Amino acid sequence: MTNTNDDTAQKTKVTPLDDSPDWTFDLLGQYQQEIARVADFYRLDTYTNQIEVITAEQMMDAYASVGMPIGYSHWTFGKKFIQTEQNYQRGQMGLAYEIVINSSPCISYLMEENTMTMQALVMAHACYGHNSFFKGNYLFKSWTDASSIIDYLLFAKNYIAQCELKYGISDVEATLDACHALMSHGVDRYKRPQKISLDEELKRQSERAEYLQSQVNALWRTVPKKAEQKHEKKNIFPKEPQENLLYFIEKNAPLLKPWQREIVRIVRKISQYFYPQKQTQVMNEGWACFWHYTILNHLYDEGLVTDKFMLEFLHSHTNVVAQPEYNSKYYSGINPYALGFNMFIDLRRICEHPTEEDKEYFPEIAGSNWLDTLHFAMENFKDESFISQYLSPKLMRDFKLFHIHDDSDNNYVEIGAIHNEQGYKKVRHNLANQYNLSNIEVNIQIIDANIDGDRALTLRYTPHNGVELGESKDEVLKHLHYLWHFDVKIVQEMKSGEDKIIASCPQKNKDD
Amino acid sequence: MANFIDRRLNSKNKSTVNRQRFLRRYKNQIKKSVSDAINQRGVTDIDSGENIIIPKQDLSEPIFHQGDGGIKDRVHPGNDQFSPGDKIPRPPKQQGQGSGQGDASDSGEGDDDFTFSISKEEYLNLLFEDLELPNLEKNQLDKMIEYKTVRSGFCAEGVASNIDIVKSLQGSIARRIAMSASKRKKLKQLEQELLVLSHDKHDHIQQERALRLEIETLKSKIAKVPFIDTFDLRFRNYAKQAVPTSKAVMFCLMDVSGSMDQATKEMAKRFYILLYLFLSRTYKNIDVIYIRHHTQAKEVDEHEFFYSQETGGTIASSALELMNDIICERYNDNQWNIYGAQASDGDNWADDSPRCQTILEQQILPKSRYFSYIEITQRAHQTLWKHYQKVEDSHSNFAMQHIKSVADIYPVFRELFKKNTQSVA
Repeated sequence: MTNTNDDTAQKTKVTPLDDSPDWTFDLLGQYQQEIARVADFYRLDTYTNQIEVITAEQMMDAYASVGMPIGYSHWTFGKKFIQTEQNYQRGQMGLAYEIVINSSPCISYLMEENTMTMQALVMAHACYGHNSFFKGNYLFKSWTDASSIIDYLLFAKNYIAQCELKYGISDVEATLDACHALMSHGVDRYKRPQKISLDEELKRQSERAEYLQSQVNALWRTVPKKAEQKHEKKNIFPKEPQENLLYFIEKNAPLLKPWQREIVRIVRKISQYFYPQKQTQVMNEGWACFWHYTILNHLYDEGLVTDKFMLEFLHSHTNVVAQPEYNSKYYSGINPYALGFNMFIDLRRICEHPTEEDKEYFPEIAGSNWLDTLHFAMENFKDESFISQYLSPKLMRDFKLFHIHDDSDNNYVEIGAIHNEQGYKKVRHNLANQYNLSNIEVNIQIIDANIDGDRALTLRYTPHNGVELGESKDEVLKHLHYLWHFDVKIVQEMKSGEDKIIASCPQKNKDD
Repeated sequence: MANFIDRRLNSKNKSTVNRQRFLRRYKNQIKKSVSDAINQRGVTDIDSGENIIIPKQDLSEPIFHQGDGGIKDRVHPGNDQFSPGDKIPRPPKQQGQGSGQGDASDSGEGDDDFTFSISKEEYLNLLFEDLELPNLEKNQLDKMIEYKTVRSGFCAEGVASNIDIVKSLQGSIARRIAMSASKRKKLKQLEQELLVLSHDKHDHIQQERALRLEIETLKSKIAKVPFIDTFDLRFRNYAKQAVPTSKAVMFCLMDVSGSMDQATKEMAKRFYILLYLFLSRTYKNIDVIYIRHHTQAKEVDEHEFFYSQETGGTIASSALELMNDIICERYNDNQWNIYGAQASDGDNWADDSPRCQTILEQQILPKSRYFSYIEITQRAHQTLWKHYQKVEDSHSNFAMQHIKSVADIYPVFRELFKKNTQSVA
C-alpha cells in the first residue's frame, strides 16, 4: 500500500536498514528508533517501552502464567504450562511472536527465534500499537493502574507464598481454587473501582484484616437484639443484589480467616486488572495490527526497509489477519485480529475516500481527518460499542457476514439477516452484542444471606434469552460453599413466575 | 524511548514450581497411572519417563457459564448461499465448530483425557515414594571395590617415560635464573664500569684489563650453569584410587512350572522391576539374566521368561546350578556385583530342597552381594521355604519373604532391603 504522507518529500536517498534475517541488539535499536519516530509522527502516545528478549522456553513460561509477568504459584499454571509445552513439542501450535503487558513501563517480550523482520513487526505491534492502546483507551485508564501492577503482582506472589508457609499449601490452594472459580464474578461492572496501588495495599492490609474481621463479627453477632423487630420485617441482607460475588465474600463471609479474605481480594484485583482486556480484544488487536501495518509501510515508503523485508512482513501479517469462512475447517469464530484490523483500515478509508454509502451511514466522520477519528475511536470505545458505531456496510459485504437465529424451541435455525441493505443494521447489532460481556457472562447475583437464620446464601440466576446455566454450576457452588461455609443455593425464576432452586450445596434431595 | 533487556540467560524454569504443584495435586491419579504402567513395562526399561493419563473431568476448573437452550444469535462470516428467512435443520450437537458455540473460554479444551509425560526422575520418585525409598537410599548396599589409576600431580622421581617436559623445563629455567642471578648482576655492574673507563679521556689500561678478565671469568661461570639438571626433572605421578565398580548383574530366577499362573508371574515381575530400579540407582551398567526352570533350567529372554507356560514338576536346584555356571563362565565375582532374586510358589521336589540349600551356601552366596527369595503363594510353606530359612539364619546376604497378594510387594521389598542394611551396618 502506498502512503500518502506529507513528508514523503524525502530529498536525498536513504540507506535502508540492514535486512539480514539475524537480529542483533544494535539492529533492534536502529529499527526501534525508526519505528518510534514514525509512531510519534502518528501521535501514538505510549508508556516507556521495556523490551525483553527471551527464549522459547521462557515464552512458554509466560504463556502459562496467563500474561502475568509475576504470578503466584498455583497448579493451574502448571497444567497450562504442561499443555503448552506438549502442544508446542508436537508441533500443533506455534508460539505467539510476542506477549505484551499492560504496565508502566510497558513490558513486551520478543522471542529469540524471531527474524529481524519479525522483531520489527513485533516492536511496531506491541511496543507502539498495544502500548498506546493501554495508555489511551478509557477502560484501561479507569480500571487499571499500569504503574503499580507489577508491584501489586509481586506483593500478591509474596503474600501467597507467605500464606503457604504459614497455613500450608493445601489450604491456600483450596482457597485459590474457590476464588478462581468465581473470578469472573469479582468485578463491579458498573461501579468504578479504586486503582490498585502497592503502597496503599501494604499500609492498609493489616489494618484492614483486623477491621474486616471485626465488621464480620458484628454482622454475625448471635445475641438476639430486639425480639419484636424480627416479627415486623425480616432483615434483608444484602439490601440490594450483589453482582460482585468475590467482593461480597471478602467483606461478609462469616468464617473466612483474615488471610483468606486477603487472597480473595488479590484474585478480585487481578480479575479487575484483566477486565478491560476481555472487553477490548477486537479493538486492541485491531489497533495494534493497524499500526504495525501502517508504521512498517511508512518506513517502506521512506526507503528505510527493503522489498525483502516487506515480503516477509506481509507474509506474517496476512496470516495473522486471515479470516476463514464459516464452512472452512479452520473456522473457529470470528478472528478478532481480522475484524479489528479491517475495521480500522476501513475507518481510515471512510475518512479519506468516502463513498455515498459512507456519507449516509457515517455523516460525522466521512471525510474527516483520519488520524483524529482513529484516535477518538481508540480512546472512547470498547468492542461492543466500537462495532455498533463503526462497522460499515462495505466491511459486512467484504466479510459476507450473516446472522443465525437459533431458538431451542424450534428444530431448525434461521438466517436472521445477511449482508444486504435490509440486514446491515441487524447484522451489526447482533455482532456487537456478541461482544457484550453481559450477554456472554452469566448474570448471577447474591440476593440473600439470611443473617438472622441459618446463614444460607441465596443467589439468583437471571437467564439471558432463556439460556440455562451450564452444568458446571454444582461444581462452582461447592467452591462458593467452601468460602461461605454455610448452605448455598441458586434460584431461577421459572416461566410460571415462581422461584425454583436449580442448584444447591450441600446437595438437597429432590423431594425436599 | 525503549530499553532492551536480554533475559535469555535468566532461569527458564519459572513454571517448575507450578508443575510440581500440579503433580502434587494429582498425585493419586498419577500414582495410579504409574502403577498401572509398571505392568506394561519391560524390566530394564527405565530410561524413559512415563505418559500419565488423567481423565479430563478431574482436571476441570469450573466456572459459571451459559448452558443449553434459549435463544442464541450468532454472526458468521463467509455467506455463500443463505438468504434471510432460510431455515436450516439444526446441525447435530457439538459437531463442527461452525454451529455457533459461544466464544466462552471454557469450551476451549478438547474432549480427550489429559495426557502428559513425566521424566524418568519423576517416575522413579513416584514409584519409590510408595516404597518409602528414602530409607533405602541412605543405606546403600556395600559395593565391590575396584582400583583405577589417576593422575595425581608431579614428583621428583620416576621412570623416564613419565617425564613431564614442560614442568621439567620450567624447573630448569627457574634454577638457571636462580643460580646465575648474582653473577649477572655483577657482570652488568662491571660492564658499566668498563664503559665508563673506555669513555674516559685518560687511559686506564691496567684497570681495564683487570675488569675484562673479571668479566670473562664471570661469563664462563654463567655459561657453566648446566642447561638441565637431574634436579629439574619432574615426573608425572600416578596414584591408585578406589572406585566402586559400576557393573552389576542381576539374576532373575523363576519357577515356570504349571503351578505358577500368570497372576503370580506378574507379581514376580513387579518385584524384579523394583529390584532393577533400585539397583539402577546405584550401578551404571546392569546385566539382567533370566533363568526359568521347571525340572530343567534354561536361560531365556525377558518375554519368554514372563509369558511362556511350561508344565511338569519342579526342581529348583537346576536354576541355581545354572546361575552358578553362568557366574563362573561370564561374571567374575571380582569384577561384578552379583544379585540374585528368586521367585517361586514354593513348590519343589522335596528331595531337591536340601540340595538348593547346599548350592546356595557353598557356591552362590559367597560370590553374591545379595540374594533374595520371594515365595508367592496362598498355601502353607513347603520344604524349600524351610531349608531356605536355615540359610537365612546363617547368612546376612540372604533374605526371604512371603508374598500373598500384589499389595504385599512394596512392603516386602522394603523389608528385604531393610534387613540387609541392618546386618551390614
